[in-house]
Amino acid sequence: MPSLAGLFFWMNKKLENIKKLDVTKPLKLDCGKTIKDFPLAYETYGKLNNNKDNAILVFHALTGDQFVTGTNPITNKEGWWVTAVGPGKAIDTNKYFVICANVIGGCMGSLGPKDTNPETKKPYGLDFPVITIKDMVKAQESLLEHLGIKKLLCATGGSMGGMQLLQFCATFPDKAFSAVPIACSSSHSAQNIALNELARQAIMADPVWDNGKYVLKNVQPKNGLAVARMVGHISYLSEKGMQEKFGRKLQEKADYEFSFNADFQVESYLRHQGYAFVERFDANSVLYITRAMDYFDLSKQFKGGLVEAFKNQKTKFLIISFSSDWLYTTKDNKDIVIALNASGADVSYSEIITEKGHDSFLLEEPEFLKTLKGFIDSMYEKFKNEKRI
Amino acid sequence: MKNLKMKKEFKVIADLLPNNTRVLDIGCGDGSLMHLLRLEKNIEVRGLELNQDNVKECIYKGLPVIQGNAETELHQFPDKSFDYVVLSQTLQAFYEPEKVLKNLLRIGKSVIISIPNFGYWKVRTKLLFFGEMPVTKTLPNTWYNTPNLHMCTIKDLFNFCDAKNIIIKKVVGVNENKTSLIKKCNLEIKNLFSKVGIFLIS
Repeated sequence: MPSLAGLFFWMNKKLENIKKLDVTKPLKLDCGKTIKDFPLAYETYGKLNNNKDNAILVFHALTGDQFVTGTNPITNKEGWWVTAVGPGKAIDTNKYFVICANVIGGCMGSLGPKDTNPETKKPYGLDFPVITIKDMVKAQESLLEHLGIKKLLCATGGSMGGMQLLQFCATFPDKAFSAVPIACSSSHSAQNIALNELARQAIMADPVWDNGKYVLKNVQPKNGLAVARMVGHISYLSEKGMQEKFGRKLQEKADYEFSFNADFQVESYLRHQGYAFVERFDANSVLYITRAMDYFDLSKQFKGGLVEAFKNQKTKFLIISFSSDWLYTTKDNKDIVIALNASGADVSYSEIITEKGHDSFLLEEPEFLKTLKGFIDSMYEKFKNEKRI
Repeated sequence: MKNLKMKKEFKVIADLLPNNTRVLDIGCGDGSLMHLLRLEKNIEVRGLELNQDNVKECIYKGLPVIQGNAETELHQFPDKSFDYVVLSQTLQAFYEPEKVLKNLLRIGKSVIISIPNFGYWKVRTKLLFFGEMPVTKTLPNTWYNTPNLHMCTIKDLFNFCDAKNIIIKKVVGVNENKTSLIKKCNLEIKNLFSKVGIFLIS
């Protein structure tokens, strides 16, 4: 395995070759600062048809990126939503034009804390402005403009992707014909914030982190970052799912070792997930993105709350939750449905019964994928007809 | 045959509804009625349905449906947010039909309810002459597996509305392919010969 510094150099080299939009329009952030001339990395799949009525925008989750399907050219691993997006999949790239952008604050080519601060000519680190979900979404609107798409057939996303989508619909009520927010929430709960804080504290407790200045030394607080990722992975599985997958099974051994090595399979799993993550993700990006999620409270942006946020909504919604998701529960999702109903919006809702927890939206979950496909295909027929009239 | 009868009831319901209105269909099943209303009357439809497969079916058809239980989840719909709320042959299956009915009248400016009529002569004979709980085409389940907890007759619902000051605008009796208007004067006879009663109330 190459050294981490070497790995990052190599990753940055590869990041030069991906699709990027230079956003020249100044973007005033919620924190008051303004960014301009910044890169927004993105990827597209399938072809935009002549009528430009087959575009689907995907918003990625906390640790996702723009490489939704196929092979991620940076990590050489499968795209994060290969189960749902691709030729012949629920979101069929033979039929639809799929767009996904890396969020600002991220580390896959869009402006983030590891980039060079034009004022100091050094990497930002903690000088990077604190960004919000709204800032992320506004940055991505420039991409639609760039691609010449006036109205999306559909926009979708799970987890933080769903939050971005809710924000997108509230901020740009006429940009999407339909929307599928999946396993998300209109605001972070105390428990959500607490789990994110745990992840952040793990990173900050790593001496290598050095107040975010590790970027100057080309190193990464990998122990802290790995623990942060482990916290996440626990929250993505349900209790029953975890028990069924690992139980008390031991990792390639017949008995306890009477040590602190990874005796249990679940320990080995967490360590593997944690340390695999440090090879592809920047610790400061985790701080910034989790912060954006914690600050997210859509009802706070509108006088009159969530109902007001969705007022005059023409977008047709399908909300999907998973029964065993305890991170963004069925209740969290239903609250969104209630608000959409109260505002008179066109909304459908389905709860998928599964033991796979929050992660369900990324997995091969037939009922979910069939519902997603059925909705998008029926929306395409409607959208085509509406455009013809 | 069952399908045909279903369609007859839906046809009566569709005839009761004016064009271009907003309608909530409680227990919308696979969306057949919603589809009919949207197609023929340009009605803005919404559905509430408990069964996952039915929900999926509605979504495939592009019909807006919310997966949920009408017994516990009607609170999500604001007051008078629909012109009409439709409840087809499920009132008798709720634990608390009175509470559900109150909620329907809160959500809709008007409400359409259909009930399988327990006063239908075949149902009466079954109980009277055979001493058994009736099993008919409209009531296909046996006593131990029926979802129907609160069976009533057309006359019962009539009296209930009177007692609760609910305005009855129209009542239609359905027997196979025949429909007839039910009024106070012909209530006794229609209660005997209608398989299904459809009430428009507010």
